[in-house]
Amino acid sequence: MEHTAQMVPLNYYLFLSTFLFCIGVMGVLFRRNAIIILMCIELMLNSVNLLLVAFSSYNGNSDGQVFVFFIMVVAAAEVAVGLALLISIYRNIGSTDIDVLNKLKW
Amino acid sequence: MTETITNNPTLTFLGLLIPLLPLMGFLVNGLLGKYLPKGSTGWIGSLTILASFVCVLMIFKDLGAAQSIQIDVFNWISFGNIDISFGLWIDSLTLIMMMVVTGVGFLIHLYSIGYMHADEGFTRFFTYLNLFIFFMLLLVMGSNYLMMFIGWEGVGLCSYLLIGFWFKNDAYNDAAQKAFVMNRIGDLGFLLGMFFILFHFGTLDIQAVQEIAPSLTADSTLLITITLLLFVGAIGKSAQLPLYTWLPDAMAGPTPVSALIHAATMVTAGIYMVVRSNVLFALAPTTLQVILWIGVATSVFAAVIGLKQNDIKKVLAYSTVSQLGLMFAALGLGAFNSGIFHLVTHAFFKALLFLGAGSVIHALSGQQDIRQMGGLKKLIPITYITFLLAALAIAGFPLLSGFFSKDEILAHAFEQNKAIWTILFISSLLTAFYMFRLVFLTFFNSFRGTEEEKHHIHESPWTMTVPLIILCILSVFGGVLGLPVVFHVNHWLDTYLASVTAPSAALVHHGEALSHSVEIGLLSFAGIAAILVIIYAARKYITLRAMPEDDATITGLPKLIYNKFYVDEIYHSLIVVPLFKMSEWFGNFIDKQIIDRAVNGTATMMDSGGKTLRLLQNGNTGTYVFAMVIGMVVLFIIRLLI
Amino acid sequence: MYSVLSLIVCFFTIAGHYVLLNAQFLAITHIIVYAGAIMVLFLFVVMLLNLNAETEMHKSGKLQIAATIAAGMLFVTLLASFRSTTFGTFSFPPPSDMGLVQHVGQRLFTDYLLPFEISSILFLSAMIGAVVLSKKERH
Repeated sequence: MEHTAQMVPLNYYLFLSTFLFCIGVMGVLFRRNAIIILMCIELMLNSVNLLLVAFSSYNGNSDGQVFVFFIMVVAAAEVAVGLALLISIYRNIGSTDIDVLNKLKW
Repeated sequence: MTETITNNPTLTFLGLLIPLLPLMGFLVNGLLGKYLPKGSTGWIGSLTILASFVCVLMIFKDLGAAQSIQIDVFNWISFGNIDISFGLWIDSLTLIMMMVVTGVGFLIHLYSIGYMHADEGFTRFFTYLNLFIFFMLLLVMGSNYLMMFIGWEGVGLCSYLLIGFWFKNDAYNDAAQKAFVMNRIGDLGFLLGMFFILFHFGTLDIQAVQEIAPSLTADSTLLITITLLLFVGAIGKSAQLPLYTWLPDAMAGPTPVSALIHAATMVTAGIYMVVRSNVLFALAPTTLQVILWIGVATSVFAAVIGLKQNDIKKVLAYSTVSQLGLMFAALGLGAFNSGIFHLVTHAFFKALLFLGAGSVIHALSGQQDIRQMGGLKKLIPITYITFLLAALAIAGFPLLSGFFSKDEILAHAFEQNKAIWTILFISSLLTAFYMFRLVFLTFFNSFRGTEEEKHHIHESPWTMTVPLIILCILSVFGGVLGLPVVFHVNHWLDTYLASVTAPSAALVHHGEALSHSVEIGLLSFAGIAAILVIIYAARKYITLRAMPEDDATITGLPKLIYNKFYVDEIYHSLIVVPLFKMSEWFGNFIDKQIIDRAVNGTATMMDSGGKTLRLLQNGNTGTYVFAMVIGMVVLFIIRLLI
Repeated sequence: MYSVLSLIVCFFTIAGHYVLLNAQFLAITHIIVYAGAIMVLFLFVVMLLNLNAETEMHKSGKLQIAATIAAGMLFVTLLASFRSTTFGTFSFPPPSDMGLVQHVGQRLFTDYLLPFEISSILFLSAMIGAVVLSKKERH
């Protein structure tokens, strides 16, 4: 298929990806609910995906897309396990507030 | 100069034994003293000194006047191009000093066996005495200034230990501390002088310094500085103005200590040092002038104070200061041989005077005020006769040892400066007067003490009287060491010490030599004047029975003299009190406010730092994530910047 | 819950970007996996735990400010580092059939076969883990 080249400059994608990433970081630092934090982690992963695809497209190399595929795989697995953990914690402690989970010291 | 022997094993062995024997005595008495029977420690202490004396005599027999022995025990300090060895040097001057130190020292040890026999610190006394002799021997035998300084400091230490021997008395401890501190002030000068010598000459070896010195310009600032600094050390050690006040206070120690340390040996260390460095001093005539005037001033000043003292030992102490002043005056005139001559004769009769005073004190069971004495001449005859002869010697009675040594100095003074001669002559007359005031008040007329004391008066045991007799013989006949040339006999000491002092003789400015008639005239004039003064004193104190006033009734100029011109009080208010105030201020302000706060502040800082760092591990996941982000940022920044 | 929904919208937009970048296969996969599976999981958990906006805890104001500053610093740093890098040459225009299923599939099954197979094991372990963890405690 024909594709008119309307190239969005790469810098824009860099900027967007970085922005998304930092929003994700801010969310992790900002929120107390563990579920929201997990979602922000997903957001960070996605921003990286976006960047990878952008580079892959601009370099004409489809290695980037394969890599993104695998990142998605890992993200899915991680979310599954993470949420299972969260439910188990909720059953023990009764809340998903991470400030309550402060036993990681001795 | 001298011919140096370095490879004669017998002489080296003897030379090493001389200081080693007292050291061994010190160690044996010090470490094993409490296991040995009490009397034996005294004999151990005395016999080591006697053995040392015998070694000295053996070397004396073998060594010629112009020979010397050098013993390098080991190479002590060597870095860069500075080499200081632990070395001993024995030449004619050293032998004279060693004979005085060990000979008179032995007699005093013997005397102490009797004098201290009832004291509980008997063993400790002999330990300290042996240590003192060891250090004094190191001082006179040292081949470089550092060895001399070791001995110098060591005798200061032993002086402190011995003056404060009866340490349970606070006043005695204060006196010991005063002696030590004043000595220390002098030692600072000595040390600075040594630094200058090391810096400019590159070596501290005395012979090497004497060889290099003539190549410097005479009377240069450098030489004046070095010699003045060394002389400051001598001022402290030999009790000249202004650092003399410790010597009368040092009479707080037992009398044998006063005899040994403050009459015969330690205080003469300053004179020995100047004579040893005679080339250096001869090249700095300005310093010699300073020495001369300080010596003269001290001589007169102390003699005046001695006129009005009422404690036997204090009179003798001021007499020592005065005679030391006379010796320094001799050195200032460039007459180094005469200084040594007077040092030797002074050792004899001053030690005798002190030991005699000790005998009197022992007989009276501790009484020291001459106003409570009198009429002792029949009760303790041996003490009386020896004391009288010693007093005659110091006063300059014709043909006794003091007469020859003192008049040699006066003759040199007459050659150079008539004014100096006059002042020294007056000082000698004062000496004769106060010595005989002492003799007549102590031994003549009738006893003024209590009946109980009179009942207990007894002559001293043989261990005390034999040294008195020996010293008496030496005081009377000691003049043979230096009979004046004018009598057509050889001045033995002059020729013996020639190798040591000749290098400087050429450099010192002597006046024109006196003709024989003038010399004989001076001798007879001095002798007759001494006799006249003695007769005057006899008339005042024996016939007219004049008594020194009670402390309460004394007024005017006599009061000023009696209170030692208030020098001690002046020192106290000018120096001691500000020092104490300054140290109080330091203690309160700098120590408490600044240093304590700094230390406590550091501790508090550590504490709060720890509390803050503890937050890093509070287990809160959010904090951990935060830290991760911050770490990432920092890493990125570093990556960016590098 | 609204946040979950917003995130789903976000994922859709990202998928749109994938399409723009000639990664059509990835776009579809993205929607299916993320919006379809992961977010649904999240929704399930949110419903299960009965989370409300009112019971939400907030961090203290200081920490919020600190978090904002930290994230901001990260952003600025990353941007600064990007400015100082140079990019390689681009092939322009890119092959337009790069992201089609055939090509991606070809790459997957030839060059990246091993990771492909291992990822299946990864899924297996994740499944087992999730099941074990969320079992209710027996006595």
